[in-house]
Amino acid sequence: MEDLRVELCGLRLKNPVMTASGTFGYGHEFADFYDPSLPGAIIVKATTAEPRAGNPYPRMAETASGMLNAVGLQNKGIDYFVSNIYPELQKIDTVIIANVSGSTVESYVEVAEKMAALDHIRAIELNISCPNVKAGGMAFGTSCPSALAVTAAVRKVYPKPLIVKLSPNVTSIVEIARAVADGGADALSLINTLLGMAIDAEKRKPVLSTVTGGLSGPAIKPVALRMVWQVTRAVNLPVIGIGGIARAGDAVEFLLAGATAVQVGTANFVNPMAVPEIISGLKDYMIRHRVAQIRDLVGGLIL
Amino acid sequence: MSKAIHDLVLRENVQLSPFYHRLDFTAPSPLPECEPGQFAELLVPPGPGVFLRRPFSIHAVDYKDNTISFLIKLVGEGTRRLAGILPGTVINTVYPLGRGFTMPEKGPVLLVGGGCGIAPLLFLSARLKAGGFRTDCLLGGRTEKDIIETADFERNGAVFITTEDGSLGEKGLVTAHSLFDRPLPYTMVYACGPEAMLRAVAMLAMKASVPCEVSLENTMACGVGVCLCCVVPTTEGNQCVCTEGPVFNINRLSGWDQAARIADSCPVI
Repeated sequence: MEDLRVELCGLRLKNPVMTASGTFGYGHEFADFYDPSLPGAIIVKATTAEPRAGNPYPRMAETASGMLNAVGLQNKGIDYFVSNIYPELQKIDTVIIANVSGSTVESYVEVAEKMAALDHIRAIELNISCPNVKAGGMAFGTSCPSALAVTAAVRKVYPKPLIVKLSPNVTSIVEIARAVADGGADALSLINTLLGMAIDAEKRKPVLSTVTGGLSGPAIKPVALRMVWQVTRAVNLPVIGIGGIARAGDAVEFLLAGATAVQVGTANFVNPMAVPEIISGLKDYMIRHRVAQIRDLVGGLIL
Repeated sequence: MSKAIHDLVLRENVQLSPFYHRLDFTAPSPLPECEPGQFAELLVPPGPGVFLRRPFSIHAVDYKDNTISFLIKLVGEGTRRLAGILPGTVINTVYPLGRGFTMPEKGPVLLVGGGCGIAPLLFLSARLKAGGFRTDCLLGGRTEKDIIETADFERNGAVFITTEDGSLGEKGLVTAHSLFDRPLPYTMVYACGPEAMLRAVAMLAMKASVPCEVSLENTMACGVGVCLCCVVPTTEGNQCVCTEGPVFNINRLSGWDQAARIADSCPVI
């Protein structure tokens, strides 16, 4: 029997396949397709202290092997989350992780404190890498001092596993990873979207209302793999690999590069069955390669 | 109404005009219950330049034959590839998605379709006929080549036509049709087409105090309300066209009671 279980900074996951924030809603949206308890963990959509309307339409542009988005953290705020969304999340039988974002250190701390009080939110993923907001977001994740400061401030109020989601839009992701580790993070997830742009040549206009947006999908997979590889070799924290994972083979590549678990994001839009297919594909891979425990694949790249 | 993912098998690919194809699919298992105005996300046969699924309104449903049809207007690489598929081709489809039109309490009603905007209206027309509501239809296009399937609509009531070049029906935009010179003898207006047209129709319906529902088209990624890319401003804030729509009562759409602005975006559907 193939053992898909992994442990990640104290979280016991039934399998290493998580759903990425902002691509799986709050779980119930996919309930017609499969049991939302199936993923190893669900990272729910980013929550901020105040409600946010997000950016104007158009927010999306299709690209070669991927897409740009400029949603801008649309959500109804932490208080709405606690009273309306959290009760529903408790019905899902898997690890629920909240993605936390903000525009100031204080706003990150406020959301983290309120999330800490929720038993079924087993961990938070600190989003210091959203490229689509004017204040905060990626600004925190692109300089070492600010990445360290926000991580340390949240660490003080948040006793459960603290995962920090890193931006690829930096000169050295390893340096940012080290700063976040110094700030007290328990794990890292990488990568968030790559800053990109699309232009409509006929109209001579940008496609997105915000001009630039975040690129995701298979187009960014090689960049993500490289960054997971670099970070896991340099920093002694477990890493969750994200970026263009659409098939079991992609997930295996991230595990071999050093990731302890993976997140499936944009693939959920194209193939609503991506997560169950990746989980069963991992089992097939383990059988073919005579791997009894999936955790034995982590960092198993043969050089 | 639960959503299904089916490998639909193409039964027939009918070219209706130089820009329009109707794809008739057979479902491998019983069709889910579909409402007029709901849509499906079709997986385009793989190849360069297309990554996401393409949303299409449900054009016709036949539960007896277990077939479902979509109207494809050639606008880009995705639609070109879909329009080129041959009978027997399998297209992975997620459906039915979104919220459809509400049925009227009494008729007669008016459907207004611009170009590929007739896609959801044919299904609606069939459902209205089954409900015993007289249904007139106003179809508009750039040229006569944009006016298709009029015979199907004629079964349920009168069909009025406008073309911008005057090649068929009255010359001009649908909203300039002489029908609007008189009080509108309808209990409800249902419209689908380019946003500028929908806004103009909404203004006319409002002026005539006739309730109006419009089916919006918007670029989408997920189709199930998780990516938050296809939002439209409503009286309740930004809402996803894919889950809260695509059909909206015009009263719910922010700013639609003001003069229409010229939409310069080209619809995806």
